[in-house]
Amino acid sequence: MDAPLRLIASNPLDQLARTLEALLVVASAPLSVADLAEAADDDAERVEAALGLVRERYAEGRSGIVLEHVAGGWAFRSAREAAAACARLFEKPAQRNLSQAALETLAIVAYLGPCSRPDIARIRGVSADSAVANLVERGLITEAGRDDEAGGAIRYRTTPLFERVFGLESLSQLPRLDDVGASTEQIRERLHEVAEKRTA
Amino acid sequence: MIVRELELDLDAFEGPFDLLLTLVLKDELDLREVDVAGIVLAFVEHLFERDQLDLEACGEFLVLISALLELKARGLFPEEAAELAELEPEAAAEELARRLAEYRRMKDAAGWLRQRLESEGDRFFRLGPAPLAPKVEVPLAPQQPEKLADVIRLLAKEPPQVSLAHMALRFPPVTQFLERFRAVLRRRHRFDFDQEVGDLSRIEQAVAFLALLDLRRSGEITIEQSAPFAPIRIARAGEENENPDERTSAWTLRSA
Repeated sequence: MDAPLRLIASNPLDQLARTLEALLVVASAPLSVADLAEAADDDAERVEAALGLVRERYAEGRSGIVLEHVAGGWAFRSAREAAAACARLFEKPAQRNLSQAALETLAIVAYLGPCSRPDIARIRGVSADSAVANLVERGLITEAGRDDEAGGAIRYRTTPLFERVFGLESLSQLPRLDDVGASTEQIRERLHEVAEKRTA
Repeated sequence: MIVRELELDLDAFEGPFDLLLTLVLKDELDLREVDVAGIVLAFVEHLFERDQLDLEACGEFLVLISALLELKARGLFPEEAAELAELEPEAAAEELARRLAEYRRMKDAAGWLRQRLESEGDRFFRLGPAPLAPKVEVPLAPQQPEKLADVIRLLAKEPPQVSLAHMALRFPPVTQFLERFRAVLRRRHRFDFDQEVGDLSRIEQAVAFLALLDLRRSGEITIEQSAPFAPIRIARAGEENENPDERTSAWTLRSA
């Protein structure tokens, strides 16, 4: 009789690691440690340890499949080296041709969400209706309740798909706003600078 | 093309755009005097002369001109609601800079997202609807078809006829009681309402009471009742000294 193919020979977590592999390959969305533990009927600590084994085996460059921590869970994806082949087979409707307006709206919802269309319009200075509808259709943002006052505007937040598409473990992985943009003070100084050059 | 060096020739101001901006920010030039449309015209003319679309300059110009417009709008409507009304030109510039900074940060964040999209674009993954947990089977209690039949039989029984008796209820005319009370009063000076109508039906009593109110209104009778639910006493008008108490009780009766 053939010996079973072993993921990592003689590791006590071997059995659990293979179960996790199976769960991850049938899942269509990232699975959290809690999801995995419940399905595998094992405790979270052991699941985390076994995930370490699976991750090692499916690291980038070792297989056509890569295990990644994304959108608050664990999921298989294609290896980057297979991207061209994958692209010939599949489209990426969620992120294809995202306009500048859509990206700015997405940024506002990601950083300040949940927020409403009027909130977005206030920051961008133009109506956000079509950008919001577009992002909802792509599944990158979704409704998240209403503003507090009666009949308040619908608020939006980003979806797990957003985190997945952008390869984020969670929203906290977004860079700090202070790091990406100029401060109020800087802009004000620039306004004055531009103006004062002549009067000097 | 440098927007801040755009030469302006307006009624209120002549010189480069950045000087205008300085004077406005320093509160030395009243923005209300400045023709913003004139600035836009000058810019468009300048663009036209160059015969080349400079997007960078257009963007910068749009930001500056909208900043000016916002400041001007605030100056023109000082009485406008709380937020805007309280802003001094300096504070308005501050607020404007804050908003511009906020937008700028979001624009930069959008830029970061675009970069991220490019760097993560070669990741492909399986997408699908949310996974469904297996359906929990609810065990049914043992079934008894006879019981079901009994219940259906119960439902199939014809319901009892609804009585329409009350629909035929007839109200005697008020005039009948008007005549009757007038006749009584021709014979007697006063009478007791309860005694007079005591052996009539409730409906008739109610109509009789309406007749009473009618007579009181036309001033033919006076009505007296010492306390709620006490006997109602009726007298021919004018034969009894009308005192205020009596009127009050009559009023109470009518409004009851």
